[in-house]
Amino acid sequence: MEKVEEEKGNLAGVQHIILVLSGKGGVGKSTISTELALALRHAGKKVGILDVDLCGPSIPRMLNVQDRDVHQCDNGWVPVFVDKDKSIALMSIGFLLEKPDDAVVWRGPKKNALIKQFITDVTWGELDFLIVDTPPGTSDEHISTVESLRPFKPLGAVVVTTPQAVAVGDVRRELTFCKKTGLRVLGVVENMSGFVCPHCSECTNLFSKGGGQELAKHAGVPFLGCVPLDPQLTQSLEEGRDFLQEFPKSLAFSALADIAQHLLAEASICSS
Amino acid sequence: MAEGSGPALDARPHDCPGTGSDEAGKADACQGCPNQGLCSSGQLAGPDPALEEIKEKMKTVKHKLLVLSGKGGVGKSTFTALLAHGLAEDETTQIAVLDADICGPSMPKIMGLEGEQVHQSGSGWSPVYVEENLGVMSVGFLLSSPDDAVIWRGPKKNGMIKQFLRDVDWGEIDYLIVDTPPGTSDEHLSVVQFLSSARIDGAVIITTPQEVALQDVRKEINFCHKVKLPVIGVVENMSGFVCPKCKKESQIFPPTTGGAEMMCRTLNVPLLGKVPLDPQIGRSCDIGHSFLSEAPNSPATLSYRNIIQRIQDYCNQNSPQEEKTI
Repeated sequence: MEKVEEEKGNLAGVQHIILVLSGKGGVGKSTISTELALALRHAGKKVGILDVDLCGPSIPRMLNVQDRDVHQCDNGWVPVFVDKDKSIALMSIGFLLEKPDDAVVWRGPKKNALIKQFITDVTWGELDFLIVDTPPGTSDEHISTVESLRPFKPLGAVVVTTPQAVAVGDVRRELTFCKKTGLRVLGVVENMSGFVCPHCSECTNLFSKGGGQELAKHAGVPFLGCVPLDPQLTQSLEEGRDFLQEFPKSLAFSALADIAQHLLAEASICSS
Repeated sequence: MAEGSGPALDARPHDCPGTGSDEAGKADACQGCPNQGLCSSGQLAGPDPALEEIKEKMKTVKHKLLVLSGKGGVGKSTFTALLAHGLAEDETTQIAVLDADICGPSMPKIMGLEGEQVHQSGSGWSPVYVEENLGVMSVGFLLSSPDDAVIWRGPKKNGMIKQFLRDVDWGEIDYLIVDTPPGTSDEHLSVVQFLSSARIDGAVIITTPQEVALQDVRKEINFCHKVKLPVIGVVENMSGFVCPKCKKESQIFPPTTGGAEMMCRTLNVPLLGKVPLDPQIGRSCDIGHSFLSEAPNSPATLSYRNIIQRIQDYCNQNSPQEEKTI
């Protein structure tokens, strides 16, 4: 038994691991990862975010820490803390690039090696949740992440889609990936679901509507809810304003708080 | 192989390091592979013979274009489809679309070809035709169900792309348009490497206006510079949205750092145009119709047409060097 504890290494203090997946790019995986971290923090939890999107890391900018550095300590890499209370910790390849525009032109094996290092060498300390943000697809990053995390029994995956059929088609494949790799699907989130015109409050379904819900029903997995397109939130994520303050005021907040509640409930069932 | 079913995908071990790698034939995964002896012999370290075969195959293809973006969901596949439809309106122009997005192939759906299968003939795999002068090849045509996931690591994806370029019976083609997945990794390196000897006209880069997208797109432009791929220009998609009720414009993905325009100026690449967000674009893609013909008067159509014209002009000026045919 002792050996198991030892093998857990830097992840020993992490209670629950949640992966954020999608077969489709640009559906808001990083946004949902960031916002879920904020919502869980709001609920008093300590959260870590591991960004395994090596070719397109977005989270450092979304949390306005793009200029920070990762430091080495005896046990590995110290993640970047987003706030003074150290309630959100982040690790991303974005912190390892010399110039922000540097392209990471790597084939699979090199990406896999870094992901393994990210999983074993980051000193997360005590965390209630570790959210793992992934790139689109079902390839190297995903296989390596799921394989390396398997000994730590992740709580499951949140699968993100947008409502239109072209996106749902790719996300169906992601659900098959979860099934094949034995990763539990905590549920499907439909993002960018409707846009409320700031001038006249008319709601337009830019990318149609209901695709996520239908997909969840078809696949027999829980539907976690619709998150509307909220330009205010996009803007605050973009400009690096104080999202920790602004986030609870946003339109999307209630939808995200519900999803966070669902995850908290899952986690408590799992722990008991 | 059952008649009418797709060609068999070549089987490689799960963790194949790739035949060009130093580890070829020596990695753990190579144990038991029928090709282990060949790989470890070092004979494969030389130039890949497929490069020569692809060069030969591409002799009948006049222009080769790549559609790239560092960011996902910005409209690469939508743009690829519209560019193909736009160019194919001239019935004398032959267009081929290659979907190099192996894990998330969207082309079959966007082109209205879902459920179609690839057939094999004496001269290779036949593309699936939308119209007589518009053929499409995608891994989507090789899957038996829409739920099938392609859970492949890099080397296997590269092998598929090689097969697409070498074994598909493309025929006489004016434009080969290659749609890619987001990123700067295996698929991109492979397409560029396999087509290197056949001369690629250039890449069209797609982005959306917000900085979170632009930061990934700058990486993609850097990638192009690194692999010496000419950048034809940048298209800014989802650039503003006009409310159908009050007709006022909103920025859904606000260009907080000046959008594509500023990025192009800084990086010294041409901006081909900006396309507004029209909910009809997504709807047309979902049912596999061409948005250009479904909404001929939409500002988005006009903008797309303008961009297509600029790409065509670029290719015409950049025609294959005639001196070679003398």
